Amino acid sequence: MSEDRESGRRIRTYHEVADPGAESIVEQVVDQGRRLRERLGRVGRVVAVGSGKGGVGKSATSANLAAALAAAGRAVGALDADLDGPSLARMLGARDGLERGPDGIGPALGVAGVKVVSMDLLAPGDTPVRWRGPEGHGYLWQSVLEAGALREFLSDIAWGDLDLLILDLPPGTEKLARLIDLAGAPDIVLLVTTPSEAARGVVARSARLLAETGIERVGLVSNMGSWTCPHCGVPEPLFPAGGAERLAHEAGLEVWAEIPFDPRVAAETDQGLPLVLADPERPAARAFAALAERVAAA
Amino acid sequence: MKFLCVDCDRVMEYVERKLPGDGTMAVVYACPTCDRETALLTNPMETRLVSGLGIEVGGRTVPPEPLELVRSSLEGYDEGGGRGSERMQGEAEPLRPGQVRWSGPASERLQSVPSFVRGMVKRIYGEYAAERGIVEITPEIMDRARTELGLEGM
Repeated sequence: MSEDRESGRRIRTYHEVADPGAESIVEQVVDQGRRLRERLGRVGRVVAVGSGKGGVGKSATSANLAAALAAAGRAVGALDADLDGPSLARMLGARDGLERGPDGIGPALGVAGVKVVSMDLLAPGDTPVRWRGPEGHGYLWQSVLEAGALREFLSDIAWGDLDLLILDLPPGTEKLARLIDLAGAPDIVLLVTTPSEAARGVVARSARLLAETGIERVGLVSNMGSWTCPHCGVPEPLFPAGGAERLAHEAGLEVWAEIPFDPRVAAETDQGLPLVLADPERPAARAFAALAERVAAA
Repeated sequence: MKFLCVDCDRVMEYVERKLPGDGTMAVVYACPTCDRETALLTNPMETRLVSGLGIEVGGRTVPPEPLELVRSSLEGYDEGGGRGSERMQGEAEPLRPGQVRWSGPASERLQSVPSFVRGMVKRIYGEYAAERGIVEITPEIMDRARTELGLEGM
């Protein structure tokens, strides 16, 4: 109980007042959590694909992973949690809008039957994602809106029964922490990185965060570490040899996949047909397929 | 958030919420013992913060619409899905930004409003729905709006 020094009145503190009050805000938040858990209860495993830095091929990895898993006969959903830089719908060839159904709003269908939800299905053309609200102070309320939007994508979309739900997170170490706050720990986390010295600190920070969460199935995806000469077929490293293993060892992680650089990954995926489906015999496609098998077996 | 009547040491009860349409909000609470009322006034930024939580001050009278927050907050949402369809499949007709549809029963009920104020009442309901991302006004939505906006008799 707090005491007004001038009047001497004692005023009960928030926690001393057992009555939840008229707001029912707590009940509404609890109900939001319940609906989210119910929806995710129909998902076999949630796979979060994240990266500490942008531009390392995280979304391309998510798209190829989702496509490979779906092509192998699994029921797969893919949620583009990168609200400000959405690309997953395009990469997975989901061109139709969302569909309203009795159980909520259904996801769009992408290649191999992947169920896709991405902000680029909701915002017209190439217009930037903008939130309605008062001018100024957007930095104060937009993050709240974005968290709410992600919650709605998870709980309001009629994903149905899924074997795996791939969450393509925006870049940034803290994004995974926010996801865990919102929806609980994912079953599997894939950290995508280039095997560069510059990535060392970022990977280490992400690994430390993951160690604190107790998530056990964490795989490092080393992307674009080498390329294969189209003339002689000999792979050449693009970073110092052994970079992926060194990163993984220092971070206490395990390398789940090494994806060689292939310009067709971007070219095919940008056209809505992930390389793993467009040309499954290329080394990068085989590496994505092997990653999918590893994820499925984890 | 709780409001405590200091004199009575009682938690105040929600009475009503007003949304004047300028982005601000007024919420009235009353002490169940002494009936003293107090109003919480929020500026547009604070109102947006609260709505961003996906909750309604005073409690919900109807369940939330699917993607309610996204639909009401994302600019251009009603104009359709980027490279996809112009609207969500299954919707009867395309809607302009902020436009809402009236269900048959809601339209019938609107006819009971005196003609000289019918247009104004329709606009108020429409703005209420648009602000919340509600795409179709039904009698239930009208009841909810009447309670929340103080439109008793309309």
